Amino acid sequence: MSDTATVRMTDRMPAFIRRLDRAVLIAFACIILLLVLGSLYSSSFLSPEYLLQQLKVASFLGVIATGMMLVILLGQIDLSVPWVVSTGAMMACAAAAYGDIGVALAIPFGILCGVAIGILNGLGVAYLRIPSMIMTLATNAVAQGAMVVYTGGFSPQDSATLTMRYLATGALIPGLPNVVIIWALVGAGMVFVLTRTSFGRCVYGIGNRERAAYLSGINTRRIVMIAFAVSGGLSALGGILLAGYASKAAQSMGDAYLLPAIAAVVLGGTSIVGGRGSYLGTIAGVILITLLQSILSVMQMPEAGRQIIYGLVIISMLLLYGRNPASR
Amino acid sequence: MKDWRYWLSAQQGTLTALVIFVLMFVIYTMNHPAGFSANVVQTAANKGVLLAFVAMAQTMVVITGGIDLSVGMILLLTNCLASWLVIGTPFETALGVIAVLAVGALCGAINGAIVIYGRLQPIVTTIATGAVYFGIALLLRPFPGGSVNEDLADAMTGRVFDMIPSSLIGLAVVVLVIWVPYSRSVYGRAAYAAGSSETAAYMSGMPIRRGKFLSYTLAGLIAAVGGLFLTFFTYTGDAALASGNAYTLFSIAAVVLGGVSLFGGKGSAIGAVFGALAFRTIGDLLFVFDFDPIWQPLFQGLILLVAVSIGAFALIRVRNRLEWFL
Amino acid sequence: MQDPEPLFRMEGISKRYGGVRALEQAELTLREGRIHALLGENGAGKSTLIKIMAGVVAPDQGNMLLDGRPVSFPSPAAASEAGVVCVFQELSLIPELSVADNIMIFNPPTRYGLIDRRAQRRVAEEALASAGAGDIHPLALVKDLPLSRRQMVEIAKALARKPRILILDEATSALTAADVTKVFQVLKRLRSEGLALLYISHRMNEIAELADDCTVFRNGSKVASYPAGSKSDEEVIEMMIGREYHSVYPPKPDAVKDVKPVLEARNLSWGDRLHDISFSLKPGEIVGLGGLDGQGQRELLLSLFGVLRDLRGSILIDGKPVRIDSPGAARSHDIGMALIPEDRKTEGLMLPMTVRENLSFAALDQLAPSGIIDGKKEQGLIDGMMTLLSIKAGNLDVAVGTLSGGNQQKVVIAKWLMRNPRIVLLNDPTRGIDVGTKQEIYQLLRRLAQQGAAILFYSTDYAELIGCCDKVLVLYDGAVKRELVGAEITEHALLASALNISEAPKPLQGRAL
Repeated sequence: MSDTATVRMTDRMPAFIRRLDRAVLIAFACIILLLVLGSLYSSSFLSPEYLLQQLKVASFLGVIATGMMLVILLGQIDLSVPWVVSTGAMMACAAAAYGDIGVALAIPFGILCGVAIGILNGLGVAYLRIPSMIMTLATNAVAQGAMVVYTGGFSPQDSATLTMRYLATGALIPGLPNVVIIWALVGAGMVFVLTRTSFGRCVYGIGNRERAAYLSGINTRRIVMIAFAVSGGLSALGGILLAGYASKAAQSMGDAYLLPAIAAVVLGGTSIVGGRGSYLGTIAGVILITLLQSILSVMQMPEAGRQIIYGLVIISMLLLYGRNPASR
Repeated sequence: MKDWRYWLSAQQGTLTALVIFVLMFVIYTMNHPAGFSANVVQTAANKGVLLAFVAMAQTMVVITGGIDLSVGMILLLTNCLASWLVIGTPFETALGVIAVLAVGALCGAINGAIVIYGRLQPIVTTIATGAVYFGIALLLRPFPGGSVNEDLADAMTGRVFDMIPSSLIGLAVVVLVIWVPYSRSVYGRAAYAAGSSETAAYMSGMPIRRGKFLSYTLAGLIAAVGGLFLTFFTYTGDAALASGNAYTLFSIAAVVLGGVSLFGGKGSAIGAVFGALAFRTIGDLLFVFDFDPIWQPLFQGLILLVAVSIGAFALIRVRNRLEWFL
Repeated sequence: MQDPEPLFRMEGISKRYGGVRALEQAELTLREGRIHALLGENGAGKSTLIKIMAGVVAPDQGNMLLDGRPVSFPSPAAASEAGVVCVFQELSLIPELSVADNIMIFNPPTRYGLIDRRAQRRVAEEALASAGAGDIHPLALVKDLPLSRRQMVEIAKALARKPRILILDEATSALTAADVTKVFQVLKRLRSEGLALLYISHRMNEIAELADDCTVFRNGSKVASYPAGSKSDEEVIEMMIGREYHSVYPPKPDAVKDVKPVLEARNLSWGDRLHDISFSLKPGEIVGLGGLDGQGQRELLLSLFGVLRDLRGSILIDGKPVRIDSPGAARSHDIGMALIPEDRKTEGLMLPMTVRENLSFAALDQLAPSGIIDGKKEQGLIDGMMTLLSIKAGNLDVAVGTLSGGNQQKVVIAKWLMRNPRIVLLNDPTRGIDVGTKQEIYQLLRRLAQQGAAILFYSTDYAELIGCCDKVLVLYDGAVKRELVGAEITEHALLASALNISEAPKPLQGRAL
């Protein structure tokens, strides 16, 4: 009943606004608000250099959040992001130590490791039907354990390959950092998958009502597993790029990306219970989070304050538009 | 006559955890150079109780069908707070303890209020509130430091009658004062019922919301007890992100090992306590068998993975595939 | 016969759900110390009536009098406070709690604010004993009990509330014969203790054994009340049938002959829900599934569609045995099966998704052989379906949840017709939709059959089975009780076989009504 009421309301709006979620609009409005507030603080906030720099920083998060979004659209969650990011980065750097072939295969190998963890997640969630947050927490712990064993508990010694560094810091097109291009490619791919392929339709279908999708003859378990594999691969890619940026991998480099990735997806209007959300929203969410971080750091807000503001922003925005329907 | 059998079957998860723990602990002490001595037990107890408190807290929420990913952060927050407040004269110290416990309960209550009355998903809610709690902890202790009433700390981490570790007594007191009354109250039962079958509980007119809210609040309170003990052990407050995350993760592992169902409605905090103690003993076992300690995280991860997969075997009995999607 | 004042009386009760009339000026009178049986076919309004009595739903109009005083029950708790307690058909027990916890769930005995387990156990034991279920241990967990024992716990739970009026809705459907005997003894004892009992059952023999008074409902109103035993089975059935016909059905062609069956089921059994079901389905044929609701029809359709595990027996397609282990396999080219599921809101559609997305969802593999959706092909097929079924949607990109129930159901059917299925299974497709759409669906089914599809059609509405089907299989207790062909399909025959009256007598059967 409440469904039809809200639908009727939105029916009256012009078509192009109706296609945008209210959440996406709010997120973009917040971006503009942040930029305006920032420019009051310092005029450099609106300079092209600053904005491009922000876009570059956002790209790392963007790649990771893309995978997270796919999983959240299914109504699941991927908490293994921190150590999949680190594993991807460390394994790519490790491969680079094995001569020319190793250097050449470093990036695919790193991504493959991420995909492997993702497949493990998918097996547990789709076939054993373990709640995704538990399954992915467990694989996160296993990945962490495996990396600790691999490095012997010290920070990893291998350094990133030249390709990795070039992808993360170079600019094929002058003025446009490569990472931004990579994010654009990943994003375009995701948009294509979500809007034009049967896989994308199935993702939304499963997120809305897995039972109906199954009764429509869809192999829902395979779709869920693939989605987790993609999420693992993209997290690993994000880690590889981060390693290229910093020239080497670090143990806990992924820790800082779990919460922002979930926050970016959810703030972009993707429903945490699945089935609803657009990639445009995720882009907005990623930029919003990145700007928020940047402004807080420009204001020399300590880590503590940043964490508090993150949490509060997420909770309050979700209370605005992410609530479950009232029961009865 | 057959009462004990039903009791046994109802306590199956708890008893299994107890047996696993006892077995592991016996193997551990037998291989320990010092053998089964008061010292070894005290060390083991002091290592285990922290996770036991956090696991108990996690149980309270898991029973309702939710999850608390902020529980490790509440532990850190109360630890940092205690490193400021639990100091001074006995009176001041007592006030400090009360304040720390109240803050913990408040954190839990905030989680509960957002989840129940704000109708947000427990998982996102507690990730976000966890960030806030961690941020506050970091504000309180940007660097490890502070101090605690050392007399109290030594008393709580020492031994009573030179035999029983007082940390274990603390654990028992929390079980008796919080868990036992809770699990026998109408609200506790409503929380169980809500986790088991929310519709049936609603049809029966149980106080579901209040029961759940109480569970979240008590979870925060128990986590705060853990925070106090953390302070007693370390004499300092330390807002270490990795440590908070590890406690959250291990609490879920302990809960699963302790026979608490992650789908809600089933299990006991006592089981979770033994699950926590068993989980801690894994690390000790690796130590006495001369495993390189760097293998410890991997082993713990694998055990967690196996533990969560065990619950999935109930699926094999599902004969209508539509039940996968409930 | 006229006692001074009945214990409970309902009069002029009306209730509508949306546009559908469930009760119209219904009335019912219950007296102390008597067992009152309520009879009527599917959808006659029995369940709505008892839901109103038990405070689950509120009536639109009408009065209820308890002890001659007007009462109203805003909630189940209020009803049970007043002494009206219902043992519902769908179980309301909490699986992870013990039997004693469940029995005392409404008002557990407390001491110092905590639940007094000892007292609770004592009361629960008494309740179990008085329900004739003394063999159930109060500390056992409900989830460990078999269905029949759970049903006994339900009864004990109701008794623990010390009711004055006890309503039993199909309370014996899950019970074993031994339990039924025990429950009957209990009910007779309660009657002698002065309770008023309202008993709903589809088993005529049980009613013959128990009831003092009977009331027959039809189309939401009372047809007659009479002392038990004063009417014959035949007369009772005559009262239950004869409902109003609103719909017009397409003419039936001559019976299909000399065609090999496309689908054959041999000895299908599944747990204790399906027993040894065999039948065949020919192209061009509409076969109905009849019987009372919940006799295994839904499970039969799901088993054919590959949803149930551990299915015994065999399914043959075009004469060749096949293994169907998922809906994906059932819809594959070689089998070509489609299932219009029971609940369109949770099983047929994704309500927040658009009409377009829903329509093409089951045919994605054909629209996107390479994984990329062929937009033109999709649009073409969708346009075809929108015309074929005349689906009324302002726009293909509105959420399907905004359409009317009838149009939603058309979308569910259309999404499967996009695959051109050879075998169409329908699970009560006309429930809760308007008469106009119903008629369109009947026409469509017949047209599909003429084009060579084989149709298996479960309906709770006997009129539909009579109007649409070439053959009807009547299910009872998970087995085919009777196969009615052509002119044999009458409301009388359907109801009689659904109530299992004309069949060989069971131990309790054969007593004169």
